[in-house]
Amino acid sequence: MVTNVEAMTGGPALPDAGFVAVVKRDCPTCEMVAPVLREILGSGTPLVVYVQDDPSFPDLGPAAPIDDSDLSFSWHHDIDTVPTLIEVREGAEVRRTIGWSRSDWQAFTQLSNLGAGLPEMRPGCGSLSVDPLRVDELEARFRGSTLSSRRVEFGSMEDEFEAVFDRGWTDGLPVIPPTEARVLRMLAGTTRAPEEIVAIVPPNLVDVSVEQVAINAVMAGCRPEYLPVVLAAVEAACTDEFNMHGLLATTYFSGPIIVVNGPVTARIGMNSGLNAFGQGNRANTTIGRALQLIVRNIGGGSAGDVDMAMHGSPGKLSFCFAEREHDSPFTSLAVSRGLGPDDDAVTLFAGQGPTPIVDQLSRDPMSLARSFALVLRAAHHPKLVIGMDAMLVVSPEHGRVFADAGWDRERLESELADLLMIPADELLRGAAFVDEGSIDDDSAGPLPKFRAGGMPIVHAGGDAGLFSSVLTGWVGGPKGSELVTRRIHP
Amino acid sequence: MTTVLDPTAGRLAEGVQPAERHRSLDGKVVGLLDISKPRGDVFLDQLQLELEGRGLQVRRFTKPTFAKPAPVDLRQEIAANCDAVIEALAD
Repeated sequence: MVTNVEAMTGGPALPDAGFVAVVKRDCPTCEMVAPVLREILGSGTPLVVYVQDDPSFPDLGPAAPIDDSDLSFSWHHDIDTVPTLIEVREGAEVRRTIGWSRSDWQAFTQLSNLGAGLPEMRPGCGSLSVDPLRVDELEARFRGSTLSSRRVEFGSMEDEFEAVFDRGWTDGLPVIPPTEARVLRMLAGTTRAPEEIVAIVPPNLVDVSVEQVAINAVMAGCRPEYLPVVLAAVEAACTDEFNMHGLLATTYFSGPIIVVNGPVTARIGMNSGLNAFGQGNRANTTIGRALQLIVRNIGGGSAGDVDMAMHGSPGKLSFCFAEREHDSPFTSLAVSRGLGPDDDAVTLFAGQGPTPIVDQLSRDPMSLARSFALVLRAAHHPKLVIGMDAMLVVSPEHGRVFADAGWDRERLESELADLLMIPADELLRGAAFVDEGSIDDDSAGPLPKFRAGGMPIVHAGGDAGLFSSVLTGWVGGPKGSELVTRRIHP
Repeated sequence: MTTVLDPTAGRLAEGVQPAERHRSLDGKVVGLLDISKPRGDVFLDQLQLELEGRGLQVRRFTKPTFAKPAPVDLRQEIAANCDAVIEALAD
């Protein structure tokens, strides 16, 4: 039984006794029952009629219908079908019937000949209060807000898109204005409470709530089902190990690169194939963008302020892709980092790219590994070793060469580690008539190009193309940024 | 008229008041902070010679890595032991 809701929620109250009918003109069943409503009123039975779309409908003579075009009555009384007939006693609902059912309507009203000329039964139509295009806005208007963020009202002469730029909330591209209805819809994408704190965001070290992540995810263009991925990415970025503050402040090119693993990638339609690093996939582009907007808007890390990048990189707008797991010759990146194959996870890497590796002739895994090593050797600078990381992204066509030869992740890592031991004399400052270099003394022997764990391998890309790529990194390890993996929770 | 939710932290960073400037460095202790960039030490060595040549006390400090903010302990140690600090960025 529904109690008198007006006292609790501010919605229109039920009458003390009698009947309430809710109709809309754009519903053939409602048109059909219009004479029945007149018949009820004609019998002296108390009846109030609410109409959702046309206050002149139905013609009830002196007892005009009540205009519910703001859907306040319909929303507060959970009307999902029209017509709905509600019986009321002492201001409270006793029972309701939906659509036209002659037996129900007769039993409710105790008018035994009611609608005698009509069919026994006719289903109703959807109530406008549950119209998918309106429901979020109604939710925001009537729910009574549960959201705590400050409201910002734009002037009536302001263009809402320009207004967002003017307030400095964008990354240079237009964003979706984060209205309450949109943010509520976004929050439906997670089971986490809006007020829950997700992380402390550098550089200003400010708490960020699920609600604030949702606001920025709306602005980035995310769909609600992407929100759990964004939340995990924010958690990963805001760890001491990932070192977002340093990554932001550096004069270097790098930004956060998000690699997503697990069944979630197919569920939300992420791209791990053709053009995986590029444009065109909403999930890839907006998840990466949401993270950057949060660092900017919540953390206070904006370009030219804390962000001192000399050239920067277009990937700092967004760089996010899924690993191509289904035909990979390797265990996935997430599995290599200790998670299970069915776990959903993000892994963040500080870097930029891609740098192409072209090898269209190698069909032998050792030859292909040597090609990879030649390009990897040049990452950052051919004479600089150990300090900076790189992510190797192997394409499906190259991956098949390794798969056919039975090479797994560990084999490729180990062969590349051997191939990337660089003779010390080539690394001397001044060697090859280049002042830049890693060492002044070559007596210690060869040095590894990358620190241990500093060259993660991922499988991604389209079916065709005998290329792979290197995503060059930033300062790796405890002195800079470490790869960080976080589970994605619903 | 559109109403949106504020996507920012809802507060502006308060202006940081710089410490009072010294009119003179006579008798002061000057900290030299090396942020661990290559050749920062070359610059600071030269500065130390100059400052000590003018009779000032110099103390040297080093950040563990240029890629991260200085640890709180290091910042407090400098603040507690020096009247002024010079931070060197070099490459």
